[in-house]
Amino acid sequence: MLSTHHLSLKAGQRQLVTALDWQVGAGECWSVIGRNGAGKSTLLKTLAGLRSPDAGQVAIGGRPLAQWPLADLARQRAFLAQSRNDAFAYSVMETVLSARHPYHDNRYWEGSDDHTIAMQALAAMEVDELAPRDVRTLSGGERQRVAIAAMLAQDTPLLLLDEPANALDLAHQVSVMSLLARLCRQQGKTVVMVGHDLTLAHSVSSHALLLMGDGSWLAGSKEEVMRADLLGAYLGHPIDVIHHGTRSIFIPIETPA
Amino acid sequence: MHPSSRNLRQRAVITLTVLVLFAVVSLIFSGMTGSVHIPLADLFGALSELLHGQAQTLAATLLDLRLSRALTAFVTGAALSLAGVMMQALLRNPLADPYVLGISAGASVGALAALLFACAVWVVDSAAFAGAVAVSMMLYLLARRDLRGGTAAEGGTALLLLTGVILSSACMAMVTLMLSVAPESRLRSMVFWMIGDLAGAPMRALPWIVLTGALLFALRSARSMNVMALHAEAAATLGIRVGALRKGLFFVSGLLTASAVTSAGSIGFVGLIVPHACRFAVGPDHRLLIPAATLAGGTFLLLADTLARTIIAPQQLPVGVVTALIGAPVFLYQLHRLRK
Repeated sequence: MLSTHHLSLKAGQRQLVTALDWQVGAGECWSVIGRNGAGKSTLLKTLAGLRSPDAGQVAIGGRPLAQWPLADLARQRAFLAQSRNDAFAYSVMETVLSARHPYHDNRYWEGSDDHTIAMQALAAMEVDELAPRDVRTLSGGERQRVAIAAMLAQDTPLLLLDEPANALDLAHQVSVMSLLARLCRQQGKTVVMVGHDLTLAHSVSSHALLLMGDGSWLAGSKEEVMRADLLGAYLGHPIDVIHHGTRSIFIPIETPA
Repeated sequence: MHPSSRNLRQRAVITLTVLVLFAVVSLIFSGMTGSVHIPLADLFGALSELLHGQAQTLAATLLDLRLSRALTAFVTGAALSLAGVMMQALLRNPLADPYVLGISAGASVGALAALLFACAVWVVDSAAFAGAVAVSMMLYLLARRDLRGGTAAEGGTALLLLTGVILSSACMAMVTLMLSVAPESRLRSMVFWMIGDLAGAPMRALPWIVLTGALLFALRSARSMNVMALHAEAAATLGIRVGALRKGLFFVSGLLTASAVTSAGSIGFVGLIVPHACRFAVGPDHRLLIPAATLAGGTFLLLADTLARTIIAPQQLPVGVVTALIGAPVFLYQLHRLRK
């Protein structure tokens, strides 16, 4: 579904990722893990085509990004940015409907099908009752769920999410994450997300990509990669794993003050 | 069909029909009103005289003058309002107006230089247009990176805005310089040009052609403008060619501003308050906002100009004074509501 070939990313003079050769298969759910400034968002923007690679290339469906027409690409992958700023008083409904843009370049107004899809996406995120509200009046968590609803309405096989759990309360963190996991398992969608909550990431992801921030990286299934020693090294802080039933709980080891 | 998508269309049709009717009524009102009142009964006779090409009666001559001035006011107001909507979408800033990037300041430098040397009207107009185009080009060369899409340009519109504001203040310094060295006799016409005045503005085809072209571009881009206004840089992931759209908005709104400023001087506030008032009334969806703001802007300036030439008749006020006097309190009120 998504692959990178010898991909290198830089921030200024700093090498973030060096020669990333990475394959993401359909139905897989990846978490990108690393410290602040390790290049997680930079990588996600590059995968979304918002930024060109400093070397190497990104391909979706075996076809390099540069060779995709933008409109076709918009039906292949959706992108959730880390933050939003709303300058105008669009309604929640209009916000979600705008994500249907890739499906009708030649129509002036949306059709009834778009309204149905938008309402379903809003309902999936439990924000359907907010449909007529001005997006600027929403709380951070509500706005985040509306943004994810827009992504769902875009209806793409590949979802790239930069910190989807941002600003969400506990219940919605769990419900959004399990929705993403369900999309992968049941509908064969592919998810690549950035997140800081290791326990949450472990419970929904099938795979993980660790970024060190100095160019080195490690990709693999979560069993291979989400180990206490590796995570501790990549995050720069010792980590303990507690097994609780089928789940793994990751906690930072306390260092004496 | 789903009710809400049909409602959207119905609302658009009703809103635009009302605005068109209002524009026509305003045009008739403007034709009747003035130092000599033309009763409605005589208006149609006079109009048919005009349409047959020969104005013989006083009513027909007056109507000819008033109508061409009213139509110039309409096309100017429509252009400024449309340019305002586009500039606000381009900069993703509801407080932007067509003048914020210094295009009108450039026109002022050109026009005032021509007025300083007492050039003919057409030279003044050409100089104003040349000044506006020169500033646009300079701005484009300085800020073309900011117009490009992609995350490299994140915060790019802020840099573009800042560059425009600085170019604008440089132009205004040149304007002040020219005003301070100008002889007494020329000062009045220079000041009037600065305020914006429709008196003696001849009826031309060019502003209508520019407006029509710009409106077609804006309607075609309306969907994309919504996506860009909502998603900023990420609009590219929804299939929007952000760089191309920004460049288009920049050039088309620049051309509209140049055309409006050339025929009527820098009339303030229309390009700021009309888009705002329309957003309040019809919402931010550009598919309805664009035609609504164009019609409302034209009608607003047409009525403001009718007021400007009648309020202390036979003396005439520059229309820019009227728009600012109406605009400032309306805008302050909107800001007050925004704070709540």
